[in-house]
Amino acid sequence: MKIRANLAIGGALCALALVVGVFGPWLAHTDPIMDANLMNAELPPGKEFWFGTDQQGRDIWSRVMYGAQISLTVGVVSQLINTFIGTALGVTAGYWGGWWDDFVNGLTNLMLAIPSLIFALAIMAILGPGLTSLLIALGLTNWSYTCRISRAQALAVKSQGYVQAARVLGYGDFRIMFTQILPNTLGPIIVIATLGMGGTILAEAALSFLGLGVRPPSPSWGSMLSDARETITTAPWLSLFPGMAIFLTVLGLNLLGDGLRDILDPQSRSRR
Amino acid sequence: MTGFVIRRLLQMVPMLAAIALLIFVLFSVIPGSFATGQQDEGLGLDMAVVARMRLELGLDDPLYVRFGKYVTQLATLDLGISFRSRQPVVDMIAARLWPSLMLTMAAMGFAIVIGLPLGFVAALRPGSMVDLGLMVIAVSGLSLPKFWLGILLMYLFALTLGWFPSFGYGEGGLYHLTLPAIALGVSPMALLARTTRAAVLDIMNADFVRTARSKGMNEYRVVVWHVLRNALVLVLTTIGLQFGSLLGQGVVVEKLFAWPGIGSLLVDSVFQRDIPAVQGCILVITLFFLVINTSVDIAYKIIDPRIRYT
Repeated sequence: MKIRANLAIGGALCALALVVGVFGPWLAHTDPIMDANLMNAELPPGKEFWFGTDQQGRDIWSRVMYGAQISLTVGVVSQLINTFIGTALGVTAGYWGGWWDDFVNGLTNLMLAIPSLIFALAIMAILGPGLTSLLIALGLTNWSYTCRISRAQALAVKSQGYVQAARVLGYGDFRIMFTQILPNTLGPIIVIATLGMGGTILAEAALSFLGLGVRPPSPSWGSMLSDARETITTAPWLSLFPGMAIFLTVLGLNLLGDGLRDILDPQSRSRR
Repeated sequence: MTGFVIRRLLQMVPMLAAIALLIFVLFSVIPGSFATGQQDEGLGLDMAVVARMRLELGLDDPLYVRFGKYVTQLATLDLGISFRSRQPVVDMIAARLWPSLMLTMAAMGFAIVIGLPLGFVAALRPGSMVDLGLMVIAVSGLSLPKFWLGILLMYLFALTLGWFPSFGYGEGGLYHLTLPAIALGVSPMALLARTTRAAVLDIMNADFVRTARSKGMNEYRVVVWHVLRNALVLVLTTIGLQFGSLLGQGVVVEKLFAWPGIGSLLVDSVFQRDIPAVQGCILVITLFFLVINTSVDIAYKIIDPRIRYT
């Protein structure tokens, strides 16, 4: 099978992000928080400090490596929460129909009516800054598209012969949903989850940039950019590398999502 | 048609009520309040003062009483009094509305002026270098964090070249507007270019275009009369939906460029735990989003009467 360019480049970028996320502590040269040395403050990129140092003399390379853990954890975990909520609501609504379907539809429309970053901001305002709050805020605000798609798939599949046969064989509702309907909805859901993960990483970075995400001195890419704003005239490299890390990770996820869509949902190719 | 418009407008009412309820419920479960919050922050408020403030602000009332008051206030376009500045929230938002709208419109204008021709040109030469270049720009544009792009623009065009100011509103002219508008407009530009390319490509392969060509119609007429007009339906929808969401997305850009819009008011209010101001900002941004989406639905029906809504 011919490998598409977007799938190959996206896959490579995501693999790189994953390696950095998992092996960040081993790839880092110093401790991202404790190894501050004002004698090394704001050094430009060089042999000793590949990405330069920040205002407190901390190694930016090490902070970017550690920051990957936080940014990717938030991206992956909150997208998993979104996917779980969206799929559970969508499949049950499509399969059961009736008042539950109406309720889920209303809830989905309500979620779609509020810009997700604003909704996440509201939740962060309530819960306060921090990693757990971020996971909750971003995990509760982006499930509506997954819900719409899985509901539509469940509606289409539930009248198929094999689902009727499973019912005749005495399968329970949940067993039918798990074994007959869910496998048929997985393709589009994987695509949405991949593309959504990029959006979640961007949202985490935006909230951290605003000071509502991970609290300093923990290095998240967004909070590093927020700090870098202060020194843009004297040390512009401070904003270059964390920003590049976010950009390349999200680009990888977007390309991978596009590539997966071509494979898992070939009909969409003609729609784009 | 009138019936459809009325029905679509009426559908907004329960949605608005649900949004108001959701916002109220969300903020009613905040542990603590402005008054206790101030004490927590170590501002040294006397307990008697805190108690008086809670009473004054109605924070000790039962939840249903507070919701009743909230709805009554909303019905008269009263968004309450700011906990911090003691000003009516409506006035605070009104002062910030125009800068936000101006930024949103400028960003959308940038997206349309650049994205539409890019997408169109790429679709006319599918598979060419122009097409490939466009796709790279489109995917990159969608992956760029707005605030990072803003910082890069600020560094290059404000601090290095000195062409534009690095932040602020000034007199609200193009001089101050350009950099934040580009930072905010790049992502919808990328999406618009992609949508336009896809829409034009789809229509170029449609039967009626093939028929027009086979009848000997010249290419210019085919493109302008058949392709462009039909592609417009999808493109306009994208423009409308993006326009609606830009006010929400502008929060970060407004904060970065110290732009005095609703977004920066919202973020400041979140930090100050100024609940009425936060509720008011979220409500206005959501209302704007809802109104734009409804208008898009209505416009969609006007542009393409074949569309049926159930």
